[in-house]
Amino acid sequence: MTIIMFLYYLITAFIVVMVAWNFVREKKTVNDMVLYLLVLIPLILRILRVK
Amino acid sequence: MVGRTPVISREWKIKSILLAVVVLLMVFGGLPLYKHRHARVPVVAGPGVTRVIKLSQYVPSLKGSPADADVFVLEGKEPGGKILVMSNTHANEPAGLMATFIMIENAAVEKGTLYVIPQFNASASRNTKPGDGYPLYFDIPTEWGAKRFRMGNRDASPLEQWPDPDVYVHYPDKQLFSFNDVRNTNRTWPGRADGPLTERVTFAAMEMMRRDKIDVAIDMHGAETMFPVTNCIVAPQKSAKIATLVSLNVKAMEGFDNHVEPSPGNFRGLSHREIGDFSDTIPFLLEAPIPFLDQPTGPKTVKLLLDGKDPFLLSLSKKKKLFVPYDENGWSMEKRVGQHLSVTLEIIRQYTKKNPETAVKVTGIPRYAEVIKAGVGHYFHDPAKAAPASIHYE
Repeated sequence: MTIIMFLYYLITAFIVVMVAWNFVREKKTVNDMVLYLLVLIPLILRILRVK
Repeated sequence: MVGRTPVISREWKIKSILLAVVVLLMVFGGLPLYKHRHARVPVVAGPGVTRVIKLSQYVPSLKGSPADADVFVLEGKEPGGKILVMSNTHANEPAGLMATFIMIENAAVEKGTLYVIPQFNASASRNTKPGDGYPLYFDIPTEWGAKRFRMGNRDASPLEQWPDPDVYVHYPDKQLFSFNDVRNTNRTWPGRADGPLTERVTFAAMEMMRRDKIDVAIDMHGAETMFPVTNCIVAPQKSAKIATLVSLNVKAMEGFDNHVEPSPGNFRGLSHREIGDFSDTIPFLLEAPIPFLDQPTGPKTVKLLLDGKDPFLLSLSKKKKLFVPYDENGWSMEKRVGQHLSVTLEIIRQYTKKNPETAVKVTGIPRYAEVIKAGVGHYFHDPAKAAPASIHYE
């Protein structure tokens, strides 16, 4: 794994944490909760090296 | 605290339900992809295989990476010329893979050496194509049951080579390609030792050809019936004579067309161009028609992949929109594999006739008519009955 690729995985992990944090903080709007979770799917699959 | 039950707010009830749905989606969607990525396809090395090496022998940085492809070496008792056959440069064009598996399991070399790389873009063979509904696997029927293969993608997996650049700048010619061609091992020739993974793969193959003094390289592909460069042998100037003789001979002796396409001098990165320009090896690229890859077809099913029958292509054929003859019989896997094998054998024969001092003699590989009659699966051996040492996983 090259350094740049490693950094991309780190960036992805950072975005996952940020989106998950937004999901936790969202109190009312269900649409936004769904949106945060949908955004997480490809990022998590990439971190887990599935797709 | 006694007597108090924890209260779950409405907010967290909704979040829990949503979270559960998304986790289920990821598990059910991701698990088949994970399994595909880790599925192993056995190949039974026949008596002709004398050793199995890795591409990392030529570029050590490939060692341990998913792109480090196996190279099956079949050495004859008598010295002679050296032939390299590669397949799955594009892992969504599997007729070449069937042909090289048949070679590994059945070929015997009497004179010279045969190098076979079945999964040239090994990373692409573990990649899947999003959006087109491609099957993850396909089964080839054999006398001992179905042999399962992974259906790969055209390009290496982004899991191994990420990110893509905005534009792929070819090395060393600086020609500009589409961003995803950086993962296409038929755009990254001749490669470099310290480039992206795919450039290291092609560089390793170049090094193998230069160091081992390989005389002929054959790269097996498949192309759409609506694409003009299909059903042909792509050859640069240095390979043109042999390619022409091969084309004439398979037409006269075996009854199938395989015309010669000149390798364009200004289109860089392709095996048939760079191998010839950067080594003494004579390159050929074989294209067999694969209706499955055409855009205007019905669903991309295993059946379409194997029999090549599609009503929409048939309709287009009647309107003369295809570059190959096409009728109700489609364009089966047997036909494509048979073409690859016969053309390869004919290239070896014509090369040997022209270069008797570096002759190559190979036996045990079936030709076009035999593959059509017996089926592709007839030539695969049952791993359950094979000696464990002869089984390799691709």
